[in-house]
Amino acid sequence: MNLNPYIIELLQVLTLLGLAPAFVGWVRMVKCWAQGRTSAGLFQPYRDLAKLFSKEVLLAENASWIFRFTPYLVFSTAVLAGGIIPILSLDLPLASTADVIVIVALFAIARFFTALAGMDIGTAFGGMGSSREMMIASLAEPAMLMAIFTVSLANRSTSLSEIIQVIYSGQSVLRPSLAFAFLAFILIALAETGRVPVDNPATHLELTMIHEAMILEYSGRHLALIEWAGMMKLFLFVILGIAAFAPWGIAAKGSLLGIPEALVYMVLKLGAVGIGIVLIETGLAKMRLFRLTEFLGAAFLLATLGMLSFFILD
Amino acid sequence: MDLITAAHVNSFLAALVLLTAFGMLVQRRIYGLINLFAWQGLFLSLNTAIVGYVAGKHHLYISSLLTLSLKVFLLPYILHVLIHRLKIRKEVETIVNIPMTMLIGIALVIFSYHLTAPVRELSAMITRSTLAIALATVMIGLLMMITRRHAVTQIIGFLALENGLFFAATSATYGMPLVVELGVALDVLIAAFIFGIFFFHIHTTFDSLDVDQMARLKEED
Repeated sequence: MNLNPYIIELLQVLTLLGLAPAFVGWVRMVKCWAQGRTSAGLFQPYRDLAKLFSKEVLLAENASWIFRFTPYLVFSTAVLAGGIIPILSLDLPLASTADVIVIVALFAIARFFTALAGMDIGTAFGGMGSSREMMIASLAEPAMLMAIFTVSLANRSTSLSEIIQVIYSGQSVLRPSLAFAFLAFILIALAETGRVPVDNPATHLELTMIHEAMILEYSGRHLALIEWAGMMKLFLFVILGIAAFAPWGIAAKGSLLGIPEALVYMVLKLGAVGIGIVLIETGLAKMRLFRLTEFLGAAFLLATLGMLSFFILD
Repeated sequence: MDLITAAHVNSFLAALVLLTAFGMLVQRRIYGLINLFAWQGLFLSLNTAIVGYVAGKHHLYISSLLTLSLKVFLLPYILHVLIHRLKIRKEVETIVNIPMTMLIGIALVIFSYHLTAPVRELSAMITRSTLAIALATVMIGLLMMITRRHAVTQIIGFLALENGLFFAATSATYGMPLVVELGVALDVLIAAFIFGIFFFHIHTTFDSLDVDQMARLKEED
């Protein structure tokens, strides 16, 4: 029995766990440079996580099992999604079990439980955060699925590994439908990962929080797990975008020899995407909550136009 | 450039024309609207030049240049000057809200795709698939004229509609004869001047460019 795919799978999950905080650190560092501040360095997120893990967990008196269960669930769905999305190689045992739609569903489960946990304690901010998160989710998910359908139509599969194989075989040239889907994906990824025009990840003002408001009551290792899962989610969305639209560099089949090369390509791409995120975040202000319908409506429009132009033009 | 590449570039430019049409539909600021109109003109002009090159119809170069000078530079400039002179409010006011307009726009694209399906079956030209996009651009221009409240934005809708018609002519028949195109270009230019004069009159009479006020015919209610 060939053990290589399993080793690759393990390596990939370890890459995800290890590099996700570094990616967030990189984004924060570039943002500091762009704003003329001194940054805390690439490794600050690791220090934050280590600090949170060593702290005691404080639970509210009326916290139910949902509140205690949610951090582990959110963390494990992120790790599971990391096992399905091809980060380093196409040859993954888990990749054949699930396609992109399942990945969207995994993120939806995590979001559903985070929203429940936000309401579980019964504080005003938690409930407010949950309701806002659900509003965004109800608008972002149709757009996300539409973008995925467009990519799947153009590459004739919903499985990411197969999509990448079709792109590798050169049948998928520059197409208007994919360009539209890509634009839509950028807007959706900004909304789903809570970046600036939608939500401010660094905010300390409770009234403008969305994701932060839901996890306001968490402390200690629970908070560490949720923060870590949040970092992984950002990492995974970037990787998902790379896998669906620009997968060049991912090791094609089987051998372990392609892995270092794939790792180098991945780090380079992540670095570039990080700079892109910072450019968007410093260029735009946070949007009013009620303008989000237009923002995500535009994402849905782009994804739909992508699908239509697949039928009309391709 | 071979035919296949030309067809790809052509359909990509068609997609960009459609994107700018939708951009105009959702744009809230009037200067942004004019810039989008200029971009649409640019894509249109590029597309015309490419079709002219592929089909070997050299008069298309002239109409491409005409589009470039008229729709990318002159008309946006005239509109800018008008808005500046009339001190119009910078925000576009819509009758139907923007997400709804977007959905209607998508429905129009599907409708025009359905409508042009028989033509696509019959034609053998490389530009045949862009006909649906051209028709959709015409309809979106029309939609913009219907759903906007101010005269200036309605005019931009009209000009976008004309862009769509021009695009349809290039993609369905490799362009109209040069005489016709020169005539249309001149007409559009004259129309822009007449609109300008009308704007001034509406503005001095009603103190606003909101066309709803024109429904009132009597001096006092």
